[in-house]
Amino acid sequence: MMPLLTTKNLARNFGGLRAVDGVDFQLMPGEIRAVIGPNGAGKTTFVSLLSGRILPSSGMIVFDGDDITSQAAYVRVRRGIAYTFQITSVFANLSAYDNVALPVQRTLTDGRSKGAVRTGVMAALERTGLADRAHMPAGQLSYGHQRLLEVAMGLALKPRLLILDEPTQGLADSEIDNFIELVREIAKSATVLLIEHNMPVVMQLADRITVFNAGRILAEGTPEQIRDNTQVQEAYLGTAP
Amino acid sequence: MSEASPAKAYALHLGVIALLFALSFVLPDYHHGLLARIMVLAVFAMGYNMLFGYVGLLSLGHAMFFAAGLYGAGLSVIHLGWSLPLAFLAGIACGALLSLVIGLLALRTTGVAFMIVTMMFAQVFYLTILYFAAWTGGDQGLVVPQPARVLTFGATSLDLTNPTVRYMSALALFSVVLLITLAIVRSRHGRVLVAIRENEERTKMLGYDTFSNKLAAMIVSGTICAASGAAYALLFGYVGSSFASVQYSILPLLWVLLGGAATTLGALIGTVFMYYVIDIASGYTSAYLLIVGIALILLVLFFPKGILGTIRQRWLGWLP
Repeated sequence: MMPLLTTKNLARNFGGLRAVDGVDFQLMPGEIRAVIGPNGAGKTTFVSLLSGRILPSSGMIVFDGDDITSQAAYVRVRRGIAYTFQITSVFANLSAYDNVALPVQRTLTDGRSKGAVRTGVMAALERTGLADRAHMPAGQLSYGHQRLLEVAMGLALKPRLLILDEPTQGLADSEIDNFIELVREIAKSATVLLIEHNMPVVMQLADRITVFNAGRILAEGTPEQIRDNTQVQEAYLGTAP
Repeated sequence: MSEASPAKAYALHLGVIALLFALSFVLPDYHHGLLARIMVLAVFAMGYNMLFGYVGLLSLGHAMFFAAGLYGAGLSVIHLGWSLPLAFLAGIACGALLSLVIGLLALRTTGVAFMIVTMMFAQVFYLTILYFAAWTGGDQGLVVPQPARVLTFGATSLDLTNPTVRYMSALALFSVVLLITLAIVRSRHGRVLVAIRENEERTKMLGYDTFSNKLAAMIVSGTICAASGAAYALLFGYVGSSFASVQYSILPLLWVLLGGAATTLGALIGTVFMYYVIDIASGYTSAYLLIVGIALILLVLFFPKGILGTIRQRWLGWLP
């Protein structure tokens, strides 16, 4: 099977800092992949390179067989790479409805979905449990609901690859359980790349885990392999048991 | 912005147009003439609001678009002897072309840099008008001669110097632009413009080419302002460089802020308000600008979102 996404020797420097340092990465269609690593390991920079929010210093990104390394972020979104922000970044002054209408009408314009804007919006809001709050300004939603709205916007883009940057940050335990179900649901129709600090969430969700450290990939494998990897334990999970 | 109450919004706007139509028959001569002028300038404010209110781009150079319409229409009547409809279209075309060029250059910047760049381009435009005084009349300006301001269709003719014809022409332009503006802000494109104003980076990450959307808004804005300028030249018969000066870049900003940025009817309300405050204050004192200044300060203090913006925030959330 052809990988959905491949990076070759991908690097990004900020001044003297090599935030992402020669990363070769492959993502197969349909999998849920978690990216973990200590703070400052380059995880967010890495997914920002994938989504096009920042451009790489060197290296190459291939999505679905095409080189997208120098494509603008909005073009990548139209190709099916959706990114949900680490820090909630919904349009606070717009209603939840309008927040989701923006991605829905985009996919309609691109011909990636059909039907009325309203139908698409309400479907995405139903799926995230926000339908009864459609007309509230997004800024007045609770933090947890804003995170869900962020996911609803990502979903409404009908992504082939959904990048979730620390989606459970700030969620209550009860909300996290629902969230895990939601991601499993999403993974039926899209590949999911998840940056996550919450290890129980990672262990439950991920098919495979990639561990970053100092801008490089330290290890990669199934949750069991990663749990048993002594290098990972030293770098990330603390001292070896 | 939401999908709710389109009927209510359209009913309100048609009601305002009907009210302005009815006023034509009851207003005394002086106010009749003043309101005709206000409606034309409110079109200028609506054009400005398109970019400032909805996209959040503060231009300090919109006088150049107004003046492009003013001179485009005026000069083609005076020097080329074009018919009025053709001259009007020429004015609009000048504004559209100018806003395309300025947009391509100025939209590479945002915020304060955008303000400075647009202001500088407007100054260049203003000085160009003065430089070519042989054609533009320099700072004296030119008068569009009265015989040229008569529109003939076969046997019938419309004299734009006639107050009623002038009022109705102004109302027609105002109504068309008001309804176009309403349609745009309620459209999908309008939703994207507001999203750009709120958070441009996020809008890009939803798959939108924000530059093209901003450029489109710039052209619509500049073209509407030019339509206002072209109508002004033909209806009031004067083409002058003062309309290209920096004062005429700041006035639409004030009108829009007063009436309420990002409200479709705010431009009209702000323009009416400002004109009448000046009119009434100057009846009492020669220091009328002081009173205008105080009125502006009070408004900013107590109605920071403008008149209609405050009404929308407190009572009528559905206002477009």
